[in-house]
Amino acid sequence: MTGPMILTLTTFLPLAGALLIMAVRIVGGSNLASSASKGISLLTSLATLGVSLLALSQFDQNVAGYQLVDYAPWFGGSSYKLGVDGMAIALVVLTTALMPLCILQSMKSIEDRLGEYMVAFLILEALMIGVFCALDLVLFYVFFEGGLIPMFLIIGVWGGKNRLYAAFKFFLYTLLGSLLLLAALVYMSIVAGTTDVVVLQEGLHPETGALLFPPEVQTWLWLAFFASFAVKLPMWPVHTWLPDAHVEAPTAGSVVLAAVLLKMGGYGFLRFSLPMFPEASLLFQPMMFTLSVIAIVYASLVAFRQTDIKKLVAYSSVAHMGFVTLGIFSFNEAGIQGAIFQMISHGVISGALFFCVGVIYDRMHTREIAFYGGLVHRMPVYAALFMLFSMANVGLPGTSGFVGEILTMVGGFQASTWAAAGAALGVIFSAVYMLTLYRRTVFGEMTNEKLFDIRDVTGLEFVILGLLAISTLGLGVFPGLVFGLTEGSTNEVLRMIGQ
Amino acid sequence: MNFLADITNALPETILVGFGLSGLLLGAMGGDRISGLLRLLASIALLAASAAAFTQFTRGEAIVAFASTPLAPEGLYRVTMFTLFAKGVTYALAALALFMSGGFLKTAQMERYEYPLLITFASLGAGMMLSANDLMTLYVGIETLSLSSYVLAAFRRDSLKSAEAGLKYFVLGALASGLLLYGSALVYGFSGGTGYAVIAAAPTSVGLTFGLVFLICGLAFKASAAPFHIWTPDVYEGAPSSVVAFFSTAPKIAAVGLLAHVMFTAFGPHQQSWQQIIAIIAALSMLIGAFGALLQNSIKRILAYSSISNVGFALIGIAAGEDLGASAVLVYMTLYVVATLGMFGGVLALRRGGKAIDQVSDLNGLVKSKPGIALGLLILIFSVAGIPPAAGFWGKLQVFTAGIESGMLWLVLVGAVASVVSLGYYLRLIWAMFMKPAGEALDRTDPSVAATVAVSAVIVFPVLTIAIQFLLEIAARATGG
Repeated sequence: MTGPMILTLTTFLPLAGALLIMAVRIVGGSNLASSASKGISLLTSLATLGVSLLALSQFDQNVAGYQLVDYAPWFGGSSYKLGVDGMAIALVVLTTALMPLCILQSMKSIEDRLGEYMVAFLILEALMIGVFCALDLVLFYVFFEGGLIPMFLIIGVWGGKNRLYAAFKFFLYTLLGSLLLLAALVYMSIVAGTTDVVVLQEGLHPETGALLFPPEVQTWLWLAFFASFAVKLPMWPVHTWLPDAHVEAPTAGSVVLAAVLLKMGGYGFLRFSLPMFPEASLLFQPMMFTLSVIAIVYASLVAFRQTDIKKLVAYSSVAHMGFVTLGIFSFNEAGIQGAIFQMISHGVISGALFFCVGVIYDRMHTREIAFYGGLVHRMPVYAALFMLFSMANVGLPGTSGFVGEILTMVGGFQASTWAAAGAALGVIFSAVYMLTLYRRTVFGEMTNEKLFDIRDVTGLEFVILGLLAISTLGLGVFPGLVFGLTEGSTNEVLRMIGQ
Repeated sequence: MNFLADITNALPETILVGFGLSGLLLGAMGGDRISGLLRLLASIALLAASAAAFTQFTRGEAIVAFASTPLAPEGLYRVTMFTLFAKGVTYALAALALFMSGGFLKTAQMERYEYPLLITFASLGAGMMLSANDLMTLYVGIETLSLSSYVLAAFRRDSLKSAEAGLKYFVLGALASGLLLYGSALVYGFSGGTGYAVIAAAPTSVGLTFGLVFLICGLAFKASAAPFHIWTPDVYEGAPSSVVAFFSTAPKIAAVGLLAHVMFTAFGPHQQSWQQIIAIIAALSMLIGAFGALLQNSIKRILAYSSISNVGFALIGIAAGEDLGASAVLVYMTLYVVATLGMFGGVLALRRGGKAIDQVSDLNGLVKSKPGIALGLLILIFSVAGIPPAAGFWGKLQVFTAGIESGMLWLVLVGAVASVVSLGYYLRLIWAMFMKPAGEALDRTDPSVAATVAVSAVIVFPVLTIAIQFLLEIAARATGG
């Protein structure tokens, strides 16, 4: 194997932690594993964060193309190849940074079989990092689909009442999409003789130099990839698995689902669909704009009618992912930069919102909006933090949510006035449902007697939410931190698509 | 004719015949008291036969045909790299299936000396039919396998279900054998010979195609491919679990390998006549296997449908033709049978108060009572379902590649749909094991069963996930690539 190995280390370090917990489980039994897993998983995730930050520090944002590449031959035309560009390393750091918070939260709120839970969570982390690092289509697919297994277990074992339905729906929906991706992938490997992402992005046969995929073939391949990424993102009308999965998943599972797993869809469009099938991407631009606007408007309206807090946030995720596709398919710098920024910002904000829901759910064990009201009287700190994240979700200037939305709309406006106008409508709706949610849960008189002795955030919860609040504001005030990193990726995508 | 050379060429089968016959003598003298010893010896003999096949394979001995007759001037028996590989895997799996069945046989009061000998003869038949170079040898091999299998299915004499399974298997199997013979007769009539080479050289005619269709029907029955699969769930459910563990591994890979071998060698030049038939059988098998299991409650019935579905996937490779699909078939079936052996280890581990149990609900809470077995089964199930990172995914990737390369995209898309549907019941098994509260306590697991589950799980993931190139190279070598 060749390469600096730092990405390999980042990817497989969580796996080592998972194996260690399993070893403790076998040797010492379930109880010892539960207590030991707390320390092991926290340390592992922190170490992973450290290594990924080290990788970030070694990453040179002035160099175009992929860096820190690890390579080893595997089989046929496929290889073990990891490498990152600015977009990928940003998403990797987002993943590794959220993970310790999720693990901290889970330690308190998961009571049953904590050891096994941590194993599933660490394996999930490894697979998610692998998705963003993989530079070989087959390797990407293995990580991409492999991630279904731990998430299925997390929802199914530690989820809510209706978890059977949600877990199956999540798995089968996503699998159907990704099998079409698999068929396309097989075809591409036959034609090109390799599954190396760099070669496929250039679109020329490695030996003959001929064009790999003529436009009419591109159309079909693009649709197959679209099937997979649209489900994952999720786009209207294949979004229906998301609210169910979110509602039933434990808090940390929802956080990971919203913050990282959804990003794989947008990442897939930017990494594969646009560079590999530029003609088809241009062809489908009107369709993507239409679907994006429908997602933004429709999901916002549906969110407004929800009675379950988690469902509301889930639909708001669908709406925000509409901005991502709008930005991506506007094919200009503002749009794509905005889309990447929106993905990262949504990762932080939606993660934080699910943590916020988790705080009151852990105390009251219900997510009904009608149950709550007047929380500000008993939980002032919580009310302030929740306010910040609600505003960020609406896209208030100064928070990271604003930067992503305004840029994707600027990009969308340059490409299609109508699409941008539709999306702008969504911004208004998002304010409607978020403010309504906030008013009904936090403000008003506290009438429900069960709420009278609810306690404000604990130290741990304060730390988790505080860190996320700092990130939200930090990214909102200094968006250049991310833009500098992702500028190279954006320019590469634009170059490959010929814009 | 050089007798000694022929014996050496057929060394694996010679070992089995030698052991089988002497085992019969020993059994007749020692009775059921020495059944444990015979089981051990039979495992060793099967392993030795497997080792002999693989030794010949590594030496790379080219195609050897011998025992020629006027009807088959090329010889009745043939040793090729393809058959050596298939035989090696078949014998090894038979040995393992026998090895892990000890505890089950004891508690099920089936510890009789005929058991290991029947497994030996069945494996011998499987090896013979693979090595056949002539429709007559093929038939003799298939019947050796089938007759032993009928008895094995009914081996639990005091069980009504087992007897029913045996009878059902026998009646339907006899019908399939009849079809096979009728097809052979037609093929002989229109090609002028029974040897594969003669058939391959004959011009394609309507009569030959007719015979071919009957042959395929008979062979599809043996491989339990739809629409000739009806017997599978009933036999799997009724027959003793250790016997089903054998049925679904060793004869399965042999039957699919045989179908591939006959199509590629005897009917290779007539590919136009059978390609569409095999493709349709593949599509039907995948779909029926996927949908049929959704409403089943017996684990063994679910595994029966799963095997129908998986045979369908392997048939994609056969439909793709020799150049594109042969190695894909071998890779797919090897990965499938290794994982299936482990899954049946899990079924054998399910005993309560000495009695075998077989409902999905009996798996409830397995992760609490037997965490190791549950984890192993999780890996094996995902491998059989073809979900990465388990190695079963590579098998699926190979057959999909073969299918798309030969221009049968529709078949691959049917396979994709079948994969999703079949996940419905695979996930149900996992659901029961991991997410349901535990039921009554289960008996202690035999070390041999636990070892089999662990080893096959580790082979499937992570060993072959990483080292898949190794298996691909062997398969390519077996198919002359």
